[in-house]
Amino acid sequence: MSRRIQQGGRLIDRAQRESFAFNGRQMSGFAGDTLASALLANDQMMMGRSFKYHRPRGPVASGAEEPNALVGLSAGARFEPNQRTTTTEIYTGLTARSQNHWPSLDYDIGALNGFLSPFLPAGFYYKTFMHPRPLWKALFEPVIRHSAGLGKAPTEGDADRYEHFYFFADVMIVGGGIAGLQAALAAGRAGAKVLLIEQTAHWGGRAPVDGVMIGGKPADEWIAATLDTLNAMDNVTLRSRTMGAGVYDHGYALAYERCEDAVPQARGPRHRLWRVRAGQIITATGAIERPLSFPGNDVPGVMLASAVRDYLVNWAVAVGKRTVIVTNNDDAYRTAIALHDAGEAVPVIVDARPDAKGPLPERARALGIRIEQGCGLSGVKGGKRVTGAQICRQSGAGAVIEEVPCDAIAMSGGWSPVVHLWSHCGGKLTWDDAQAHFRPDPSRPPIGHDGAGFVIAAGSANGEMLAGACLQDGDAAGKAAIKALGLKAKGGAIAQAEAEGEHPMMPVWLMPADATPELKMKIFLDYQNDVKLSDVQLAAREGYESVEHTKRYTTLGMATDQGKLSNINGLAALSQALGADIPDVGTTTFRPPYTPISIGSIAGEARGPIFQPIRQTPMHAWHSENGADFEPVGQWRRPYCYLRDGETRADAVTREVRNTRQAVGLLDASTLGKLVVKGPDAGKLLDLVYTNMMSTLKPGNCRYGLMCNDNGFLIDDGVVARIDDQTFLCHTTTGGAERIHAHLEEWLQTEWWDMQAYVANLTEQYAQIAVVGPKARTVLEKLGGMDVGRDTLPFMGWAEGELAGIPARVYRISFSGELSFEVAVPASRGQEFWNKCLAAGAEFGIMPYGTEALHVLRAEKGFIMIGDETDGTVIPQDLGLNWAISKKKDDFIGKRAQQRSHMTDPNRWKLVGLETLDGTPLEDGAYAIAEGTNANGQRKTQGRVTSTYYSPTLDRGIAMGLVLNGPDRMGEVLEFTRTDRPPQHARIVDAVFYDKEGEKQNV
Amino acid sequence: MLILRCPYCGVSGEETEFHAGGEAHLKRFGPGSSDAEFEAYLFQRENPKGVHFERWRHVNGCGKWFHAARCTATLEVFGTYPAQSTEPPADLRKAISAKRPGWKWREFS
Ligand SMILES: [Zn+2]
Repeated sequence: MSRRIQQGGRLIDRAQRESFAFNGRQMSGFAGDTLASALLANDQMMMGRSFKYHRPRGPVASGAEEPNALVGLSAGARFEPNQRTTTTEIYTGLTARSQNHWPSLDYDIGALNGFLSPFLPAGFYYKTFMHPRPLWKALFEPVIRHSAGLGKAPTEGDADRYEHFYFFADVMIVGGGIAGLQAALAAGRAGAKVLLIEQTAHWGGRAPVDGVMIGGKPADEWIAATLDTLNAMDNVTLRSRTMGAGVYDHGYALAYERCEDAVPQARGPRHRLWRVRAGQIITATGAIERPLSFPGNDVPGVMLASAVRDYLVNWAVAVGKRTVIVTNNDDAYRTAIALHDAGEAVPVIVDARPDAKGPLPERARALGIRIEQGCGLSGVKGGKRVTGAQICRQSGAGAVIEEVPCDAIAMSGGWSPVVHLWSHCGGKLTWDDAQAHFRPDPSRPPIGHDGAGFVIAAGSANGEMLAGACLQDGDAAGKAAIKALGLKAKGGAIAQAEAEGEHPMMPVWLMPADATPELKMKIFLDYQNDVKLSDVQLAAREGYESVEHTKRYTTLGMATDQGKLSNINGLAALSQALGADIPDVGTTTFRPPYTPISIGSIAGEARGPIFQPIRQTPMHAWHSENGADFEPVGQWRRPYCYLRDGETRADAVTREVRNTRQAVGLLDASTLGKLVVKGPDAGKLLDLVYTNMMSTLKPGNCRYGLMCNDNGFLIDDGVVARIDDQTFLCHTTTGGAERIHAHLEEWLQTEWWDMQAYVANLTEQYAQIAVVGPKARTVLEKLGGMDVGRDTLPFMGWAEGELAGIPARVYRISFSGELSFEVAVPASRGQEFWNKCLAAGAEFGIMPYGTEALHVLRAEKGFIMIGDETDGTVIPQDLGLNWAISKKKDDFIGKRAQQRSHMTDPNRWKLVGLETLDGTPLEDGAYAIAEGTNANGQRKTQGRVTSTYYSPTLDRGIAMGLVLNGPDRMGEVLEFTRTDRPPQHARIVDAVFYDKEGEKQNV
Repeated sequence: MLILRCPYCGVSGEETEFHAGGEAHLKRFGPGSSDAEFEAYLFQRENPKGVHFERWRHVNGCGKWFHAARCTATLEVFGTYPAQSTEPPADLRKAISAKRPGWKWREFS
């Protein structure tokens, strides 16, 4: 059984109890416990089940690399699945639930998958679920949905708060072990701005656990003194509980700070995402121990030797009463010695090497611990918990020599440097034969903007496995970073570390070396995804040679732990199966983040109302208070309609349309883009960007214009007013102001930079209010101050003056077909002008109208709307706008493109009006059906609806659409699709439904 | 996330301050050009592994367009220069030659 022992536990505070719940059962631990250590202290070894076979699983590691012991934390709006118990600090009130089982952790139906495992080999999904297709919907999909996926997705919005934090550093050091601390000393002493981060709550890494002495004292003392020194430096920032998540281009890095996971009731953000730009990045991220590939290596109770040591030394937890050690290196002997020193039983150390003669094995021998050399394990007894280890010759096929009763097995297959951050941005690796691992190749680092490397690996992350060498390497890394930054390194002694030397390890990729196929099917490489050695071998037999392909085929390393434990063992298995060397097979790509980070931290503050800033016109508040039902238009919110008591949206739109046609309406048109183009060449520029001629426009007049891109497609439209000889005011669509401004700047700066013209975006400088309807002139005349008579201010003219004492530009333009004045006043006086219009118009029945009425009014007149009638594939000629395309100009943007054969094809779909036979509106986006089917068996089409509305003026459905040869087919009836209903019949008609002669706007 | 220096305002900014604008030094073909010329202008782009010339705009800054010479493989930035140029400046080409001897991009080397 696993339990708390009486002595030790350097990270726990026995004076402070914390109570928590696991699967509804109350348990207690100490402050400083992780959930894993606390569960083990409560003899809860089994913590979850695996992904595919639902096998019982306990923790195999003690840190970020843990693949098995994942739980769902908290509940409701704070629920979070797939959290590693090994990195979760406990607190009173914590609740956790194990995953991947039904009905309970102990009794699981899905474990049947395990008995089916011979039928669920590598690539099973690809092989099985392809055919027959109908089974997808009925069988495969529901079954997979039910059994796939880790944990459960939260069902409520996240109640916690998150933030982003920007930081600039000369040197960022990731990893607060002794190498990282020493690097920080070296960089900090030189005066560089240093950021040192550590993913756990504690500094110093493994050195204190391994009993390292530094400068003649226990490592903990050196660590505390070094932290004091660093904290005293103003130029050094230290953050624990902060993980280096990713390294990106040019010294950009992300760090993930878990501010309040351990103190959930505090008021700050739960997680903070540090967005760091660093001159140099030192990765002192340590190393991860590898499992050994022996049969039964996934039974709860089989753990990494380093994890067994961590639980014992850091948290005073003995994971078993009798712990068998199995290893291929000297380091695991430290676990045996630590257990022995704590009074725990170590019945045997099984060492795959023919002889173990290093100082550590000799010490173990001297303590009387039994060592079996040249041996391995060929089996593990027990299902939900280890009950025994079967010893065999490492060189054989696995014949059992002896069965040793035990309840824990501590394994060590050697150590792999954590090279993730080094590799994220292109740092290359080199294979170290002696230690059988990949380590950073210092000659091929990630490259910064200046072409020089910007990442330096240090300590165990650099392949230095002994404490003394780690300190030296950390110091060298700190000084190298300083040199790269052009600073001068300062002296300062490096403390000497003492630890036993180690004899060479022996690479063991398969235990026993000639394991039978039956044994191989019990050897797990990837615990979380249940990938076995036999799966990798099968993939190799089936022709998978690339490690990236094998990864995807077998799912090796694709789980939430991203193969931190399985990577090298999997590569080795693949290379052996292929008969290739490991470095030739290579590694899969390391991608950020290092371990999963919360979605909340990525979103940061960008959620709710500040997800995207909302633009408001000067009259926005009035709209809100007067029934406006807003809709998003670009980043603006515009009133769709103004609801009155008891009205539906449709009622309101009908009322607004009728009132505008019959009396007078008021529209907030301030969102329309207003670009001023000024300069001696302004006309020349506009002739190139509009399809029609603008340079001939007279001051005081307005002209409707179309803009295309150089691909010929229509991108915007609007009315241009010539202010004076050198000044034009170009109106754009609501969503188009910034885009069209950028479009003009691009051509002006990059193609026609010799032109003397400037563009300024004045959209927000003006409030623009349209007074629309038969009574519009009367209202303006009542406001007084300007002559807005028919002769003084004719249709498509504009005038400047004062209305009701407010400076105003009045444009006589119409997007409704009615008598219409668009009045631009200074933004600061928009509300005042709006109020005066309402007051003056009260006796004439004035009322505001929204965007939907605007759309209906324009559709009744057959006016196109960018984004409805256009979609990036439509040219002006498709819309019958040839009259707005100049034939006199040599060039304009889009002219050459519109001469291409596809653009002049007579069979392009063209704009027409559509009138349903039954009077009800067509569906948005409906297609006109043609005879026959296409190659995919779908009905052929001959057109589609671009705008469709109920017209209150005509009391029937009206629509516009693009139809094959449409203008030549007037009167013809087409069938249009409807969702879940039979098609609807509509007649092709002229797109102008109302006031075809345009008399009403010209009064 | 790249760091680029705007040659107009001199700011070295994060990539998020800028907007990428595709290949630099395109020659526009308009009315009167052949179909082949127009197609090449509109659609055919360099896609090198190595030295590349790109257009960028300092969109969240001074608003100016400029050109950047960059290595697409290592992300090294060789230099930036104003967009009002029809070819890479000679000193920049020399600097690139020092780092990437024998480089070639379209008609430039
Ligand atoms: Zn700039």
